Parts: sequence; structure tokens; C-alpha cells
Amino acid sequence: MIEFRSVSKRFPDGTLAVDDFSLLIPSRRITVFVGSSGSGKTTLLRMINRMVDPTAGQVVIDDTDVSGSDPVQLRRSIGYVMQNGGLLPHRRIVDNVATVPLLRGTSKAEARARALELLDTVGLDRSLANKYLSQLSGGQQQRVGVARALAADPNILLMDEPFGAVDPIVRVELQNELKRLQRDLDKTVVFVTHDIDEAFTLGDQVVVFKTGGIVAQVGTPAEILARPADDFVASFIGADRGQRRLHLEPRDPSSGQILVVDDTGRPAGLIDGDPRSSDDVPVDVRVS
Amino acid sequence: MNLFVSAIQWILDPANWVPGSQSPLPIQDRLAEHLLYTFVSVLIAAVIALPLGFYIGHTGKGRQFVISFTGAMRALPTLGVLFFLTMVLGYSMVSTTANFVGTMIALVLLAIPSILAGAYAGLESVDRQTIDSARASGMTEMQILTKVEIPLSLPLIIGGLRAGVLQVIATVVIASYVGLGGLGRIIASGIGLNDYDRILGGAILITALALLIDGVFAVIQRLTATPGVGSTRQTEKQSLRRRAPGPSTTVGTPLQERES
Repeated sequence: MIEFRSVSKRFPDGTLAVDDFSLLIPSRRITVFVGSSGSGKTTLLRMINRMVDPTAGQVVIDDTDVSGSDPVQLRRSIGYVMQNGGLLPHRRIVDNVATVPLLRGTSKAEARARALELLDTVGLDRSLANKYLSQLSGGQQQRVGVARALAADPNILLMDEPFGAVDPIVRVELQNELKRLQRDLDKTVVFVTHDIDEAFTLGDQVVVFKTGGIVAQVGTPAEILARPADDFVASFIGADRGQRRLHLEPRDPSSGQILVVDDTGRPAGLIDGDPRSSDDVPVDVRVS
Repeated sequence: MNLFVSAIQWILDPANWVPGSQSPLPIQDRLAEHLLYTFVSVLIAAVIALPLGFYIGHTGKGRQFVISFTGAMRALPTLGVLFFLTMVLGYSMVSTTANFVGTMIALVLLAIPSILAGAYAGLESVDRQTIDSARASGMTEMQILTKVEIPLSLPLIIGGLRAGVLQVIATVVIASYVGLGGLGRIIASGIGLNDYDRILGGAILITALALLIDGVFAVIQRLTATPGVGSTRQTEKQSLRRRAPGPSTTVGTPLQERES
């Protein structure tokens, strides 16, 4: 469990990035921080592994205040994935994955063996092990980034817009992979994104931020969709623009399919199941 | 043209390579001294400049001061520094020692700016995200320096050394002004004897030596280019495939510090 207790951060130049932020992050769940740039979400994420120290308040992991722990040791015990992976371009993939175990004093052979296993875990072929970063695609690089973060078997995984730089198809693939990994490995994941769809896809708990580190709403995706706390949240999740308000179109006479469209008439999908059994009357639905 | 031919003939004349012949001959002794002075002064300069450059490049501290300071150092005329130092040092030590120490200090001062610039510019060229990520995964500052920053900026660091060595090799000639050896002795004695073959021969030797050493450094720079970065070392299919855009290291010689 990670707990933020009245945390504030004022940078030396005077900007207040985060103001009196408190939150409980449950263990073994995915918590997503979502907000536009400058909302302080990355700053908060980086407070968990002491890449940033708060100017006021406490960050507590399992009842231990992180400010009392050595930053280097703390970081080695927490997985960190960033956009573009942040991998070392001069080292082979397997050595990149083995970075943290080697720092923690694991023997080289053991670290490499574990790294190869992790390539399997994140769905990468072992034949990539001896390649360099520049020989991999963006999606593969992200998988290596995740593998490296998992290498020391941390309980906590911090992810800072990890899928921001990959194309939408690969992104969906990686999101599904992350959900699978989280289920299998039971990690506490804190995930930062500016993409509300990504937040709703991944998050067990979603925190919507306004500029300046102010929390607009905390809840499950369903709660946020069904009861946006204010106009800002409604606008941020797209409810006010009709993107989340979906209708069923009358059954297409030739194919028998029922089309789902949003408020502007753009198609959003099809209704699943036996087309003959569903009602022909358009119904107001919301997706979560 | 004739002048060149006879100068080269002078260089190739076996009589000028006979061990134990009268100073400034044989040529190989002067070559050895030339290389020795270069090596010693660049080594001392590197011991001073590399750690300082790494410190500035890693922390970003003192950058402005060092840029202006090394800029001023570059403007010092080495010959003037040499005469000044040998005079000043001559008060406190035997004149041969004073001459040697003075020459070394003058050459070290000459080599420091390039080496320093290569070191800190190299470290600054490393992608900030890579460093941030290394720190976030639990590397200590020293590990970031030795395992990430230095390997990734090695070509630029060597480039700085290369520039420093080249300048020193060309300038060691002045050592003969204070009675030390090196290829400058050959030129100096040629001037004394009005022997143009000897003057030009000495100059050609220095030029050839400088080009040779520069070539050696070019090779080292290629070999130390980090695999997986830059375009120097091709691995497996890389030659078939265009490289994906990614952080690139610059291979070259930082002749000028970047301002601001």
C-alpha cells in the first residue's frame, strides 16, 4: 500500500506542482494518474521512488516513510518504466534487463538467466537478447523496459507514460499485456498517462488531475463515467462532447447488425450477441 | 619541388639515422623525445582535465566559469608562457630542470582546454532520459558516470584527447628553444646551419608524425564508438537495415566549446 499524506511540491523556481495531495494506493491493483501536462502527476509518481522529494507531507510505503530510506536502495526495489523505455543504448537487451539485479549483487549468470525468463514473460523472443536497442521496434523496446522494471521482482511498478510513443495498435497490445502481467504477477502498479481511454482501460482506480496537482476525482472508471464530479471531469472524459453518450441505431435491414453511434452520429461499434433477439428500439447506453 | 625531394632524401639518408651521431641526429632519438614530451604532457593534462570535465558534465556545475577560463587559456601564446615559466622557475631550480618543467607546464596548459571540452561536451551529449532512467533504476551517481555517461560519450572524450594531442605534437617544437630535444632541434639546427634540407626535413617529419598519430586516434575513436549507438560499428543486420532513429553520439573533434 502506498499512501500520500498531504504532499506538496514547490520547485526551486517557485512553481507549485502539487498542493496538499493525499491518496491511498491499494496494493496489487492498477492505479492510474490521468491529467493533462503540468498537472503534477509525474511529479507525484516520482515521489514514490524518491526521484523527487516532496517539500511538505509524506509518502509512505507499507507504513514506512520513504524519506527515511536510502534513495538508491529504494529505487532498486521499485520497478520504473518510462516513455521510450529509457534503456541503455550501448548494452545488449539481455544486459539491459539484468541491470537492476546486477546492481543488487546477483551473479552475472543468474541475472542473465533471469533476464531471459523475463523476455518470455513480457512476450519477447529470446533471439532478441543479444541485440541492441536501436535494432528493436518501439513496441519491443517498451516490452524490454517492462522486463527491466520487473527484473528485481519488485512489489511496486511505476510507469510514466510508458506507451506514449508507440502506435495505437501496438499500444492496445501492450495495454492488454500489462493487464495480463498484473493479474499473473500481482504487482502494485502506478501508471501515469494523459490518455483517458488508456486510464479507463487499465485502471482499477483512476485519479483525474487538474492543473497544479489538484485532484478532480478519484474512483473506478465506472464511477467516474457515471458520476463525473464536476464539469472539468465531464469535459476531460469527453462526456460533454457526446463521445461517451452512445445510441443504438435501428437494425440494418440487409445485415441484421445493430450499430452503436455516439452523439455526433459517429459509429463506435456493434452490439454483441444474436441480432434477432435484441430489441430494435434505440436505447441510451453508456460504455465503461 | 626540388626542395621537397632533397628534404625527403635527407630524411631517408641512413647517415642521419646512425645511433650515437652528433646532436641533433640521429632522427629516431629526436622522434622518441618528441613523442615522450607529447605523451607526458597529454597524460598530465588528461589527469587534470578529464575528472574536471566529468564533474562539470555530470553535475552541470561551474560550466560557465570553465568555458570562459579555458577560452582564456586557449588565447595564451605557448611560446610566451614557456619563456615566462623558464625564467620564473629558473630562480628556484637548476636551469635544466626549470626548462623541462616549464616546457611541460606550457604544453599541459595547451592540451587542457581541448580535453576538458571533449569530456564535458561528451557527457552533456548523453540523452537526459537515459540518465534519468538509470538513476530511477537505482544506479548511484558514480555508476551513472562510469556505466552510462562515459561509455556513451567515449567518442567525444577521445575526440578531445585527439585535438589536444595534435596541438601538443605541433607545439613540442618550441622545446628546442629552451635547449630540450624533440624534432624542433632538427629545425633549429637547420636554421643555424642554413641547411634547408634539414629545416624542411624536420618540418615534414613533424607533419607526418602528427598525421600518423591523428590517424591512430581516428581508428581508436571508431573502435570505441559504443555498439548500438552511432553508425561506426556495424553489427549483424544493421548494414542491411536503416537504423531506427534514436539517441546518437557525435563522432568528431570538439574544437570549440559551445557557448551559453
